Amino acid sequence: MQRNHNYPKVCLIEKVINETHTVRTLVFSDEVMSNVLPGQFAMVWIPGINEIPMSVMITNESGKAAFTVRKHGPSSTGLFNVKVGQQIGIRGPYGNSFDLKQGKLLLVGGGTGLVPMMRLLTFVTPDDDVTVLIGAKSKEEVFFEDLANNLLKKNKHQVIVTTDDGSYGEKGFVTDMVEKLVNHHHYDGVYTCGPEIMMFKTVQSAYSKGFFVQASLERMMKCGVGLCGSCCVGEDLVCRDGTVFDGEHLLSNKEFGHYYRNKAGILENYKI
Amino acid sequence: MESSLATSIGKIQLERPIMLASGILGISLDVFNRLYHSGAGAVVTKSLSKEPWEGYSNPTICSVKGGGWINAVGLSNPGASYFSKMIETNKDVPILVSLVGSIPEDFEFMVKQFENCKVTAYELNLSCPHVAKVGLEVGDDPELVKKIITTVKNTTNIPVIAKVGLGTTNYLNTVDISVESGIDAITAINTIRAMVIDVETKRPILSNKFGGLSGKPIKPIALRCVYEISSKYDIPIIGCGGVSTWEDAIEFFLAGASSVQLGSIIGDNWIGVFNEINNGIKKYMNDNGFSKIEEMVGLAKKS
Repeated sequence: MQRNHNYPKVCLIEKVINETHTVRTLVFSDEVMSNVLPGQFAMVWIPGINEIPMSVMITNESGKAAFTVRKHGPSSTGLFNVKVGQQIGIRGPYGNSFDLKQGKLLLVGGGTGLVPMMRLLTFVTPDDDVTVLIGAKSKEEVFFEDLANNLLKKNKHQVIVTTDDGSYGEKGFVTDMVEKLVNHHHYDGVYTCGPEIMMFKTVQSAYSKGFFVQASLERMMKCGVGLCGSCCVGEDLVCRDGTVFDGEHLLSNKEFGHYYRNKAGILENYKI
Repeated sequence: MESSLATSIGKIQLERPIMLASGILGISLDVFNRLYHSGAGAVVTKSLSKEPWEGYSNPTICSVKGGGWINAVGLSNPGASYFSKMIETNKDVPILVSLVGSIPEDFEFMVKQFENCKVTAYELNLSCPHVAKVGLEVGDDPELVKKIITTVKNTTNIPVIAKVGLGTTNYLNTVDISVESGIDAITAINTIRAMVIDVETKRPILSNKFGGLSGKPIKPIALRCVYEISSKYDIPIIGCGGVSTWEDAIEFFLAGASSVQLGSIIGDNWIGVFNEINNGIKKYMNDNGFSKIEEMVGLAKKS
């Protein structure tokens, strides 16, 4: 029988990788999830705890996929604590994907927003000149730096890490580095995923230079298929119209960078 | 003569006969505008309560193997006051405000919040199958239904619709008391209380265990209810339950509905479905010599 993408497929966690003290990657076997496009997501059911939207992480084995989760609230902590051999349910994949240009590319990721950026790196062509910017608060929260270098070893590339406290890499906010880079270089494509304020500033900087820029948004989700409306941003539904949107479109959306909806659907401000 | 998609549900006039059902997408005015411009004749809001509700934890929605969807979102909504402020600027969209509550005073309070809004009608949710103390528990209590409808009718001149569903008592009793209390129209039906158990994890999928079944599997049941109501009462009816194609919509018209609502099919086909259905209805009307929706309403009862 054909797989019903809207019913959870139960998978066993086969491997758990500690990326930092608060971030883990959980590896499982699933052909469908191993082949998702960068920007697509899955609804991940942690039985007895919750179901949350997650970007699908790449692995170095075919037929396998992973979720990279930072423990934050009860749901993400529930997923973070899943052990090898435990079951999770997976629906999807849902959503669209990045429109990858060729030439000089800039990828900007913060936290687990790096997950779709890593998958995007697997689609670059050998002639692309790729800069990856990784933003973190401090040294102990930096991850995927080696992975990004590995994925780009056949390309002209640089991976730049910024830390807010200067404990590793360049000191300062990643968005200040974005501003500096776009002021000195031309980019054929700029791609970002991470905290909304980071994406907002990145989109603003890149768009002001006339560069093609896209961001992958995150919102509270329940259905993942455009029924519940929880993830709406203005007139856009992140699950169905996104998660990836063009910068130009986003800057015309009055909620992007400013508001998100809470569980009751009330708009709340992003704290800057 | 060119056939027209315009319809009237009692005093409610719509340019097109397909509405967005309550609970689906109904959370922002921007989305309402988009749906209206995508072919919806009207949108019904999520059921609003006096205070904001967060609803249940996920999983709240899941498809059913074999067809349809099950949900126990738990009536999450931002509350009537917040919502009324959001739609104050509405000019274009026919909005039906869905309300849920336990006592007549809740409904009175909520209706008053919308005094400055363009509201086409109120739809009283008397039939949500998965939240305690509201919905079906109210709909199954005829005295309470009577008090709520009387209170709302005394609070507003805007048409009031009762949305009924299959609870523990005969739903026709709820229709009966609603008609007697002066209701303007009936929406039939709501989702049907149901559950899904996952065989791998050996547990119910929904966090609330029980939810409401919607989509294609419930259409024949909803159709039967519309037919029964229209056979027994002279009351405008809005058909709701599993409408997925133009043929489904026509079936509901023939059974006695003047309009239909859809929801679950959006999860499968996204919002292009409104105009697909509008176009299908129009072609059917042209092919069969109908110039108005009302010419079809209840025709199946004459055969």
